[in-house]
This record gives sequence, C-alpha cells and structure tokens, in this order.
Amino acid sequence: MDDLVIGGVTIHSRLITGSGKYRDDRLIPDVLAAAQCDIITVALRRIDFDRPQESIINHIPKGKVLLPNTSGARNAEEAVRSARLSRAMGCGNWIKIEVINDQRYLLPDNNETVKATSILADEGFVVLPYIYPDITTARHLVDAGAHAVMPLAAPIGSNRGLLTKEFIAMLIEEIPLPVIVDAGIGKPSHAAEAMEMGAAAILLNTAIATSDDPVAMAKAFRLAVEAGRTAFLAGCAPQYIEARASSPLTGFLES
Amino acid sequence: MAIRLIVNGKPEPVAASITIGELLAGRRIDQTHVVVEVNREIIARERFHEIELGDNDVVEILRFVGGG
Repeated sequence: MDDLVIGGVTIHSRLITGSGKYRDDRLIPDVLAAAQCDIITVALRRIDFDRPQESIINHIPKGKVLLPNTSGARNAEEAVRSARLSRAMGCGNWIKIEVINDQRYLLPDNNETVKATSILADEGFVVLPYIYPDITTARHLVDAGAHAVMPLAAPIGSNRGLLTKEFIAMLIEEIPLPVIVDAGIGKPSHAAEAMEMGAAAILLNTAIATSDDPVAMAKAFRLAVEAGRTAFLAGCAPQYIEARASSPLTGFLES
Repeated sequence: MAIRLIVNGKPEPVAASITIGELLAGRRIDQTHVVVEVNREIIARERFHEIELGDNDVVEILRFVGGG
C-alpha cells in the first residue's frame, strides 16, 4: 500500500485504532500487531488514586504515534487546555480535536472545533479535527492549519457505517488534506467502501474492541483497508443501468 | 502547619511546604505517566521536585486512558 504523510510523518498503515473499551487492555499489543497500525488514539483523564500506577501507555508498544483526543471538551477553550496537557505528557505533539456538547448522538461542535484548530496549529501541534462532514467547516479547517480532516461516518460507537457517504465524498473531492473517516465504522466492508471512495485512512475503535475476537477483527479491518485502498488506486470500473456482456454476444455455435 | 489543596476536584489537607513530587510519591503515582496542572498552569515534570504547593492551590493530576 502507498504511504500517507501527515504532519511530515510518513505513515505506512491507513488504519488508525483507538485504545478504549477493551475488556482487557493487555489485548492491545496483539491488536496493534494484527492491525499493523502506526497510530493509536488515547484520552486524557484525572488519575485514579486507587490505581496510581495505571496508564494506557503501559500497554502501547514503543514506536507508535500517539494521538491523544480532547474528549470531554465542550468548547474550544477546553479542547485547547486538554491538548496542551496532553503534549506536556511528552509523547508527541499530535492531537485529535473532539469538541462535543450533544450527549445523545455525540456529534461534534464544528465551529468550536475550527477555533481550537486555529489556536493549536499556531502552537505547532499536528491537528486532526473530528467533524461532522460539512464542506464549509472543512475549508475553514484548511485555512486554520489542520493536517487532516476527520469526518464521522455515523455516531461514535453506533457501528452503522457510512450514513454520511455523499458528504464525505464531497470532502474527498474538494479538500486538499487527507480525509480520515472517523467514527461509526462497524464492519470491514464499511471500511473498504470508504477507502474505495478515496478516503486517506480509517479511524475506528468500537468495532474492533467490542468484537468477540478483537485480534482477528483487527486483521479483518487491516485487510479491508488494504483492499479498499488498492481498489481506489486501481480505479473502480464505472456503473451502468443496463447489462454489458462479458462474453461475446453470439450464440455458442455461431461464428 | 497544614494547608488545604484541591486535588482533582476534592479538598485535601496536607503538610505545609509539600512539593508536587512529594504529593505524587505519597500516593505512589508514577511521575513519568502523569501531567500536573497547578492553578491552570502546566508544570514541567523536571520541576515537580522544586515547586511547593500553597494553601488553596488547585491541582489536577491526569494520565492517559483508553479512548477513541
């Protein structure tokens, strides 16, 4: 598969995985190996004083790009605060901006996301904003200095696939940044479909972490992302309403 | 003399002139895996052992958890 460059870093894998919701975090190294992914997301929270040594970092192999999110932020100011704290952890300067006010559907606040992107890009972060797929927002994010845009396919954790397909297609056509489809991808076929459309990468968590066999599902998603990307590069054949014969249209005993 | 801190949102009486490093060590917290904010200011890890906490300081101690 061809490489992807984000923020000057060459990424070999077009599958990005989350580290949440595992029934046992000790599964994570095997999942990452099966997914062959380079980037993994984490969240920032207050320490649990009953488990003072606990950190998800202990379960993530060295050499991965850590992508902290700003989950829990309700506006740009909180997202910026979260991002600065995450950078102070000393694990790099990548940030997934996630600003959410809507607790039922967990849909992002695009306007606050643009504000936070502008501030953090100016401070030298590699900024990957999670957005509702809106072309005006995406253009503002380009101007604000984002390094990719990450439109949602469906609500976080819903596993419903490409509900926003047509609008993601517009972003892929119009926006001169990698378009990473984030959230709602539930099955490998969803991931393959997004990659066939020309998405730069897929970010998912729930579909792997909550499957019966996360390691096997990670492999399935890797294969789907590779298949979809390879098909996109090969150029999918056009669709027609009527049949177009694949065999000669003569009777089999005629010449 | 004792002072009162607000640590992760909860009032916390501690001995006066305690440093951030001592606060963390007292709770067996791995310093390499946390970030600390005092009164909204991020404290660099190298300074944990020199910064003394004062009465009514608001301290946040955070670490990375699983997330998507």
